[in-house]
Amino acid sequence: MNVPNLKASSFKSDLTPIWCPGCGDFHVLMSITRALAKLGRPPEEVAVISGIGCSSRIPAYTNCYGFHGVHGRSLAVAAGLKVARPDLTVMAMSGDGDGFSIGGNHFLHACRRNVDMTYIVMDNRVYGMTKGQPSPTTESDWDSALSPGGTGLRAFHPLVIALASGANFVAREFSGDIKGCTQTIMEAVNHPGFSFVEILSPCVTFRPDEKEWKNQVHTASVPETDDPARAARRIMTDDGMNTGILYRGTRAPYFATVSGEEGDIAALEQAFEI
Amino acid sequence: MDASPKRAKNVSFAIVGSGGTGAITAGSILLAAAGKSGWYGLLNRSVGPQIRGGEAAALVRLSTKPAACMSKEFDILVAIDWKNADRFIGAMPIAAGGLVICDPAAGDPPQALIEADCTIVQHPLGELAKSIPGGRENMISVGIVAQLAGLSIDDVMKVGATKLASKGEDAIETGRACIEAGIKAAAGFGQSYPLASPSGQDGKRWLITGNEAVGLGALRGGVRFAAAYPITPATEVLEYLAPALASTGGALVQAEDELASINMIIGASFGGRPSITATSGPGLSLMMESLGLAAASETPIVVVDVMRVGPSTGIATKSEQSDLNIAVYGFHGDAHHVVVAPLSVADCLFTAQWAVHIAETLQTPVIILSDQSIGQSRVLIDKPADVTFLTQRLAFTDAGEAYKRYALTADGVSPMAIPGQPGGQYTADGLTHTERGNPSGAKRDQREQMVKRRDKIEGFDYGDYWGVTEGDSTSNTVILTWGSITGTAREAIDMLTDEGIAVRLVSLRQISPLPVKALETALAGAERVLIVEQSFSGQFYRHVRSYIDLPFDVRMLNREGPDVICPDEIATQIRDWNDQ
Repeated sequence: MNVPNLKASSFKSDLTPIWCPGCGDFHVLMSITRALAKLGRPPEEVAVISGIGCSSRIPAYTNCYGFHGVHGRSLAVAAGLKVARPDLTVMAMSGDGDGFSIGGNHFLHACRRNVDMTYIVMDNRVYGMTKGQPSPTTESDWDSALSPGGTGLRAFHPLVIALASGANFVAREFSGDIKGCTQTIMEAVNHPGFSFVEILSPCVTFRPDEKEWKNQVHTASVPETDDPARAARRIMTDDGMNTGILYRGTRAPYFATVSGEEGDIAALEQAFEI
Repeated sequence: MDASPKRAKNVSFAIVGSGGTGAITAGSILLAAAGKSGWYGLLNRSVGPQIRGGEAAALVRLSTKPAACMSKEFDILVAIDWKNADRFIGAMPIAAGGLVICDPAAGDPPQALIEADCTIVQHPLGELAKSIPGGRENMISVGIVAQLAGLSIDDVMKVGATKLASKGEDAIETGRACIEAGIKAAAGFGQSYPLASPSGQDGKRWLITGNEAVGLGALRGGVRFAAAYPITPATEVLEYLAPALASTGGALVQAEDELASINMIIGASFGGRPSITATSGPGLSLMMESLGLAAASETPIVVVDVMRVGPSTGIATKSEQSDLNIAVYGFHGDAHHVVVAPLSVADCLFTAQWAVHIAETLQTPVIILSDQSIGQSRVLIDKPADVTFLTQRLAFTDAGEAYKRYALTADGVSPMAIPGQPGGQYTADGLTHTERGNPSGAKRDQREQMVKRRDKIEGFDYGDYWGVTEGDSTSNTVILTWGSITGTAREAIDMLTDEGIAVRLVSLRQISPLPVKALETALAGAERVLIVEQSFSGQFYRHVRSYIDLPFDVRMLNREGPDVICPDEIATQIRDWNDQ
């Protein structure tokens, strides 16, 4: 069903988000609801799945079907749902801790599996809900009570890992660019297979330095590619502030789906008769 | 020459051979043929204590009555070769007066057999096979055992032909010639172990493993989605379901780990499809957090735990009943849920179907505690009855009001909207939530939702399915057990009944919530209670004891795996008790 006169507000719930004033996630929520309105599917045909963390609060702030699960497993819930219900639009939401640390293994395999869904990670390079610990994307020298003087560990490249693992659509956006985010989310949803959108979404409370991101981001100067090696090289060599659709692949999405057709249980039973 | 040997109620045999010799195929043909003729029995594969390729033994017990467990000793052992036999020969002691058949070209039999009280017949199995173009020793073995056990040659030939059908007419003819050669050879061995006539029900037999039966039961119950991560001894549940789901409009997804598989089935069930996964102890441990999510978010799922020897990696190929504690008590917080256990291979079918029914009706996780001893046994059973539950989730209908997914209701079950239904949008949540599903830190919401979830589980009418009371219901001597040991206890009671000793059997299928009233009724009039379980610490005893008093003379027959509890041991305990 396509409903032409949907508005962003049709996709918002009546709950007031519990985020800090100035949090980038407000803008991400706005972009998601705008993208869904433009895509034109009614809210009941969209499912928004999340794990645990500030960004994972999003499902309840939408008027879609939502699942707010345990820490790190949103991709697994979303994959199960999409295979069982291929008719739905399925979106998984995560943060950098939820998605790349505790949920890191699922990220790799979701890219490999290429189930037709969209994965949005709001990356603020910090665990916000637990009040400021370094995540896999945090700079190695970022000081915190848990890791004084920094972790000493190299931040990891989610986009390159996604490419290496087989994601079919890879993009980076900045939460403050609502127009850009909205457009990219729409394209991600429309692209077959596993689409990964990393949205740089500042945490103004624990990473006030990220307020500067709005001055640092810039649109990708090179057009998107369907060559994963080329995309990876670009991402590895840019300054991490490049936004836009970086890769759009052509792999066929995951094949298995529940059809809901009546099965012949009697035939299965007969196989055990001797 | 023993012209007319006494016909036995049981005959047990083992066929051993290294990888590729077809020992398992031979055992399977003989078991199926016996079933065709109306006998019962079971087959276990022995792969030794560790799983590795290249060796196999088919252990088969044929019986005149339904057989629940493998014999302790074997009447017949056919060795196609002795390669790696030392790794598992200890698991198949030969009975006094037993017969070992081996090829002199394969070398000397293991020392343990040479020293045993048995007859060793050296017969050139290899040469015999070579004398038939394309002939194989395993089919010679089929003929040998068929002759020694007095099976219907007609049925053996029929099953053999079916088994070889995919290999063409020539293979069938060769197989037939090999079986005939084996029969002829065995007629000259001077010993035989003929089975007495079957004494069970007439009619069709099924040949099925517990792992297959769980899968089929789940499909009967309406499951159309499974997520899978391989683990011994549960993998066959998933391998059965993969094509079976594909042929019934469903799907199975191989997950990257158990954390993913449990969450995939939660997602699929949220989408309205009854869903299942199967695992063993280590996997169940990984799934615990998300099982709690299913309980809190009221998402129906079924998790099969085919228990193996623990703790940790333990012994993957052997059985134990030691996951009762984690299944019942392993959740953090107070997470109400249901735990059930199949009482036999045949009962795996019913229990799985029942589990799906409970999960869907109560919108809750249900854990099925099967174990290796029934999961991996291939057993001849009477064709199971058709069971029909009216399995349905309480559906949501749009009344134009704000939908309360977790509405407080009289029985604790609330209408569940399915994605796609307009007006039913809600967010399922593991956070404490309001009736609408919105996150809440309020003590009232925590209390109300907790009580709701408790009431739906504890207030449900589980009917007569809680367990069984069998044997002599007036006897003051009771064997109290659960799950897979039930069949072993049944055999013990048969032995005792033959000796004129009356015993009552009480066995639980419903482990949690414990069916307190039904259990108290079942134990009424008891004076002596023998509790039997395959658990070192007596997990079942402690669980029962935490809910009800046991004001009886209570004794325990419990131990860890891999040493399975046998009917003999149970019978001995009861006899000793009677003699005191």
